[in-house]
Parts: sequence; structure tokens; C-alpha cells
Amino acid sequence: MSTLSERILGATEGEYVDRKVDKAYAHDGTGVLALEAWKEMGGDRLGKGTGYFVQFDHIAPANNGTTATLQHELRDFAKRSSMQFSDIGCGICHQLMGEGAVLPGEIVVGADSHSVTLGAFGAFATGVGATDMAAIWLTGETWFRVPESVGIHLNGKLTGAAEAKDVALAYVGKLGTDGATYQALEFVGEGVRHLSMDERFVLSNLSVEAGAKTGLFYADDVTLRYLKEHGQETAGQEYEPCSYRQELEFDLADIVPLVAVPHRVDTVKPVDAVSGVPLDQVFVGTCTNGRYSDLARFARLVRGRKVAVRTIVVPASAAVLEKAIRTGVLADIIGSGCTLGTPGCGPCLGYHMGVLGEGEVCLSTANRNFKNRMGVGGEIYLGSVATAAASALAGEIASPEVG
Amino acid sequence: MQGKGTAVCLPADIDTDLVIAGRYLRTRDRSIWGTRVFEDLDPALAPRLKGAVIVAGKNFGCGSSREQAVHALREAGVVAVIAPSFARIFFRNAINIGLPLIELDLTCKEGSLVAFDLSSGWVDAGGKRHAIRPLSSRMQEILQAGGLVEYWRAHR
Repeated sequence: MSTLSERILGATEGEYVDRKVDKAYAHDGTGVLALEAWKEMGGDRLGKGTGYFVQFDHIAPANNGTTATLQHELRDFAKRSSMQFSDIGCGICHQLMGEGAVLPGEIVVGADSHSVTLGAFGAFATGVGATDMAAIWLTGETWFRVPESVGIHLNGKLTGAAEAKDVALAYVGKLGTDGATYQALEFVGEGVRHLSMDERFVLSNLSVEAGAKTGLFYADDVTLRYLKEHGQETAGQEYEPCSYRQELEFDLADIVPLVAVPHRVDTVKPVDAVSGVPLDQVFVGTCTNGRYSDLARFARLVRGRKVAVRTIVVPASAAVLEKAIRTGVLADIIGSGCTLGTPGCGPCLGYHMGVLGEGEVCLSTANRNFKNRMGVGGEIYLGSVATAAASALAGEIASPEVG
Repeated sequence: MQGKGTAVCLPADIDTDLVIAGRYLRTRDRSIWGTRVFEDLDPALAPRLKGAVIVAGKNFGCGSSREQAVHALREAGVVAVIAPSFARIFFRNAINIGLPLIELDLTCKEGSLVAFDLSSGWVDAGGKRHAIRPLSSRMQEILQAGGLVEYWRAHR
């Protein structure tokens, strides 16, 4: 039987195929270069049959004149060519695509490595660079090498303070940063049905940190219910037994809170092993952990108390922010002494806000802790929302309370 | 497609943030990328890359999809990159921009001469000829055209 990647791409692993792209998206970071390549290619009209999106999330709002001018051109182009355009403040591209734009079985390409996040819908979702995106604008198509697949079997349920983020760090730690290069991850097993869409997004999101081309879940009742809430009615996907190149197995009940220590995502330790490391900043947000359920969990843990270190919270989208306002989650977060950023990528990539100073240490809910990423000489520990809350309250890395 | 250059040795798992830092991405002046390439790894590296063949460890180009990483290597004068494996987006980006990548686990000797022929499938280094796996036919077509921009200019 075939893997989900083989079923969606309609070919067997190792084959090269040209395929129509169902949804294509780019952000202000990659879109600018894609637009230059598009002009050089002599692009005039968009390839037919593909949904095109541009979202401004990386430097949002613009930090200086150069950025503003580059964004101005891309904004103009996106609007003129009738792409679906989301301006600054709407949110992170992957989150916006996940709020009802992407459907199971689709081929989705984003000009960003974390496009793998949308594999959570059972879509073949993968990242490309700017020139590949320009060619997709031109033709609506691109080429793929059908990947081999890695089976990640999940059993049981998460317990205590453990979160999907801890499972994600556990599998990246096991596979290593290149353990799944050129391959696709498939998350399967009876434990999957206990995971919400928000939790599945986290697991898919980190798949590129193991080098994977995408990280897939089969669309089930949880997927269909989520899509219905976002205005989409569609059919699910049945898992068929198939052969995997590698297989990993996790009992979710055994997962404990983990952190990735500087400067590698695959250097993973229990939080207890590094508790007490003094912090200068805590950051809650990103395409990994900036969703409503993350903000609600964080708020529940800090409510009525004060954070002991500067803490920046950035909702993944305007919809997340609006819901956090409506439910009082945001009041709890602000009341605890945290500050808020515009919905978008925030400090994750060290461009324009929340940048670390020389020697400063940050506990972040993001997905990358590469050397100097958030600022020259800064150190990044990656952890869950609960670990971020406990650490923000303590002013140092601290094990999360059960919550 | 043939080429040669002087070996510059780099470790495994070089991510694209290290190739070109986020703080230099927003510019119209691409020459900045050539002078700032690898700044956070070793600020003295950039001037040594003219005519260089980078020989790196596994998983070169992991992380962010930023295509500026490939432009930075080209701007600095890098001729080709040899590594046992590349991150997949970096691999596509390099082919698309016309920077040859060679999948080969090569023992690196700093400053030695490295020559290659992608069409015939070999690398000469340290007095030895190493066979390399050919690129897919599509990738060869794109590289031969000089990159994906030129490929599509010719195919429309």
C-alpha cells in the first residue's frame, strides 16, 4: 500500500513528478526576492488553477524605509495580480493558511521552510525558496521528488505538564537535524486521535527541523470538525498500512517537559536538567506555539501572578488575538506583566523586535535556536508554553506546573 | 558542466542563518551579502571565498528557506559546494540560482585544488578521482540554462 505522500502525489517514492500546486503562498521575507525573479522571468499573468496568497508577517510592521519600500512593491503586485493578500497584523502565513484555506489531499507550497505545518491537514505541504515560488506564480506547477516516509507512531495520551511541543522536541532529538532529509514524516497510531489540530500543527511544524519535506497527519474527525468550524466541508483520509523507511514509536504518557539547548534543535534535555539558568527574556508565540490554545494555557498559568523577566507574547493571527481579547485571556497575560506584539513572527528571526543583546538568554516557544538567530551573542532555549510560563514567573528556566 | 577552485573547509550542519544573518536580508544591494557571508561563523571567511570550492560536513544549508544564502555564496565568489548531504530547500535554491552542489563525503584539505565535472560525474581532489551521483535530468537542464529564471525565459 502507498504512503500518504505517494497517494497525494500519485507516484511512488523516488520518482520525479511535475504537479499542479493547489495553494501557493509567500511572505514579505521571501516574496520580495520572488517578485524580482518573476520580473526577470518576464512574468505577466499568474498560472491558472492555483490559489495564490501573500502574507506580511516577518517584519510587520516595517522597521525602516528600505523594508517599507520593498513591502510596498510586493503589496502592490499581490493586489494588482488578484492574489489573496494579508497585510501586517493579520498574522503568520502558516497560521492564516491553516484557518480554513488548506484542505486534506491538496498540494500546498509556501516560500518558507515552516510550510510543513500544513501537513497537519493531510495536505502535501512543503517549503521552497523564492525563485521556485516565482516559477509557480508563472505556471501554477512545480516538480517534486516523491519522498520516502518515516512513520512516527504515537500511543496513549499526554499527561501532566507535557505538551505537543515536548513530543516534537523528543522526535527531533531522536532523528537529529538531518535524520529525515528528503523524507516525509507521517504521524500515525491510536494516540493521534487524542491530539487537537493545534497540537498536530506543532508536530508538523517541527518536521523541517529534522530535515523533512513535510509532516503529515491523516485527516480524521478532529480535522473535519476543525475545518467545519472554519467554513469548510470535506472528506477524511483512511490510513492504509504501508512501508516506512524508518519508524519511531512514542508512548505519549512517557513524554516529560523538554528543552532544546543552544544552538541546536536536536540537543534536547529534560527541563529539570537545565532548571535555574537565569533568563533575560521569555517569548511566547510563532508558527509553533502562538495559537489561541497556547495563549489560553499561558494565561491560565500566569493569571494573578507577576512575571519576573521581560516577556513578549505575540499571537499567531488577528483571529487568535481577537479571541484572546474576547475571552479575557489577554487581560490575564497583560495583568501578569507581559507585553504584546503585533500578530506575526515577532522576535523569532531576530530582524526587528525583541532582539537579544550580547550574552542575553531567552526561553522561546519557537522552533529554532541557531547561533545568533535572535541577536548576536544571544542564547536561545526552546520549550513548551507551560515551560515558558513557569520560567517567566521564576525569571530562570523552571519546570512547568501541571496545568 | 566543469569547474575548479580552492578548498575551504567547513563543519557539518551549517544553517542558512549562519550563511547570511537575518539582519542583512532586507536590501537592494546584493554585494552586502557577499561581504557579510558567514559573518557569525568567522568574520575572516568572506574574503577567502573568491574562487573557492566549499567542502563541508553533512546537512549543509539547513534551516530557513532564505534564498539570500545562495546569493551570498555566489556574490562572495564561491564556485561550488561539496557536502555529504544538503538540506532540501537549499539544494533546490542552489540549482535554481545556478550554484553547483555536489553530494560527496570528501576529506577536506584547506587550500588544495578541487576540480569537478557534473556532466561526466567526477570530482578530483587530493590526487584522487571520486565518482558522483548525477543530478536528475530536470536539475541538469536548470543548471545548464544558468538557473530557473533563464530556464523559464527560454521555455515560455
